[in-house]
Amino acid sequence: MSSHPGVVETARLVREGKATACEMLSQCIDRIKSGDSETRAFMRVDEESARDQAQAVDAALAAGSEPGPLAGVPIAIKDNIVMEGRETNCGSRILEGFVSPYESTATQRLREAGAVLVGTVRCDEFAMGSSTEHCAYGTVGNPWATDHVPGGSSGGSAAAVAQGLVPAALGSDTGGSIRQPAALCGVTGLKPSYGRVSRWGLVAFGSSLDCIGPLTRSVEDSAAILNVIAGPDKHDSTSLDSAPPDYLSGLADEKPLVIGIPRQHRHEANDPAVEAAVEEARTALASKGATFIDVDLEMTDHGIATYYVVATAEASSNLARFDGIRYGRRAQSQPGESLDDLYARSRGEGFGPEVRRRIMLGTYVLSAGYYDAFYKKALQARRVIHDEYRSVFEKCDLLLGPTTAEPAFKIGSIADPITMYLCDRYTVGANIAGIPAISIPGGFKEAGGLKLPVGIQLQAPFLGEPDLLRTAHMLQQMSSHHLASPVG
Amino acid sequence: MNDSSSPKLTLDETRHVAKLARLRLSEEELEACRHDLVAILDHVATLGSLDLEGVEPMAHPGDRTNRIDPDTPVESLTQDQVLAMAPATEGPFIAVPKVLGAEGDSA
Repeated sequence: MSSHPGVVETARLVREGKATACEMLSQCIDRIKSGDSETRAFMRVDEESARDQAQAVDAALAAGSEPGPLAGVPIAIKDNIVMEGRETNCGSRILEGFVSPYESTATQRLREAGAVLVGTVRCDEFAMGSSTEHCAYGTVGNPWATDHVPGGSSGGSAAAVAQGLVPAALGSDTGGSIRQPAALCGVTGLKPSYGRVSRWGLVAFGSSLDCIGPLTRSVEDSAAILNVIAGPDKHDSTSLDSAPPDYLSGLADEKPLVIGIPRQHRHEANDPAVEAAVEEARTALASKGATFIDVDLEMTDHGIATYYVVATAEASSNLARFDGIRYGRRAQSQPGESLDDLYARSRGEGFGPEVRRRIMLGTYVLSAGYYDAFYKKALQARRVIHDEYRSVFEKCDLLLGPTTAEPAFKIGSIADPITMYLCDRYTVGANIAGIPAISIPGGFKEAGGLKLPVGIQLQAPFLGEPDLLRTAHMLQQMSSHHLASPVG
Repeated sequence: MNDSSSPKLTLDETRHVAKLARLRLSEEELEACRHDLVAILDHVATLGSLDLEGVEPMAHPGDRTNRIDPDTPVESLTQDQVLAMAPATEGPFIAVPKVLGAEGDSA
């Protein structure tokens, strides 16, 4: 069990005067300084500005003012969420040296809640990847086996939390980018309903799919962060107008649920350790009165195809803004070169292979003559997937299954893009349908001297976060998987 | 999954897509990209087995409609902030190669 406090515990210690925000920050910085060289999760540590935030929290407490629900909690931010005056690179050369002139809504809300933002963590370039190997600034190691990937794209977020460097990190999830690394690193990762958390300041990848969410050790900590970052935002017209409930107090609710297990997620390709984790969760929840039914998500096999058309089409459009002209990195100008040539060279040099591949695919499926054959078809399949979830949720309250088919793989071991894309087989559905889903630690695969975490996924209907979180919390009260630490 | 399966994508088509995407790629990069795209499109082509006749395309979860905000002026970035981000500037301007008169580039 890790010795350092989580989100809720840190805020309680600081609020009750048992520790100061500055002390919590110093401990956090010490852990980063001594531990980060193993995983390289951190892109940069903003020690000075973090110190200012911690001092402000301590000053507020000393003056008797309300320090906020996350008082003194150190949090790391994925390198695709902007903070004013801070460098954001999105793991890409094309944003080398880019300093954001504005602040994302999610980080602004964390600051206002008293959290201390300690720095940015690595991710796949523009959040495109399942391994954090596609980061132009270096790969991240999995804290459980540093020659293995941490998953992706929020690999730095997951590794930093798993290693105990920070109690929480923000990530983003377009097709599984919070849940898959959470599963591979043995932490809790929440993808909220689409629009529940403002996307303002999240560098756009697939705008109809992208969600910001927390990576933490426990579900309780996840709820505490969601409480702060969820809610309407005038800067994001797709943010939901309804006021969010109190997710923390909702954890205590008790109501027996019907939980569906999608037959298509119990695949023969799943690792036995993954299957065992799902079975263990089923048994635990059944002991608390949950009823289980088998359900069908027949469209599971079409999820990746649908996703890779929709996501890359949106990405090719979103990433058109990176032209090397107004900000970011520009290719060296050549005499007599046209503006178009300069765009093409800046983009060709600035984007890495995976991002180029996805821009090309997205451009192709949107181009004249192929739009109906690919893009329109994928949008139709999207509706079928959405409707299939809706009819399944008429029979059950939640879905239980694996987050990924297998635990972490070795860095460099997957070269084929399709094999890599299929890592997200069980996670893309939630993004396509816009529903919330969470991955929590489900156990371990122990083989060849290695102990690698596996994750289980719960999915809920749109805005079903309260049932989702309290069920995941219930599981964590009956198991200690989420307390296991790769560090001593 | 191999290159002989449909849909086919030629090197010229790949070059055209790269032009549309404003990506300068070397011949080797183009060929590698073509190879990967063929494999990915081959996987995507499995959607062709679905009966999607008459299904309304879904561009957005929840089919939300546009939200109109009141037309109230707010502060935007200052000229200094914008220029500070630009890789090349000349006085109060962002510097770019000649636009007018360049082949194929005139607006």
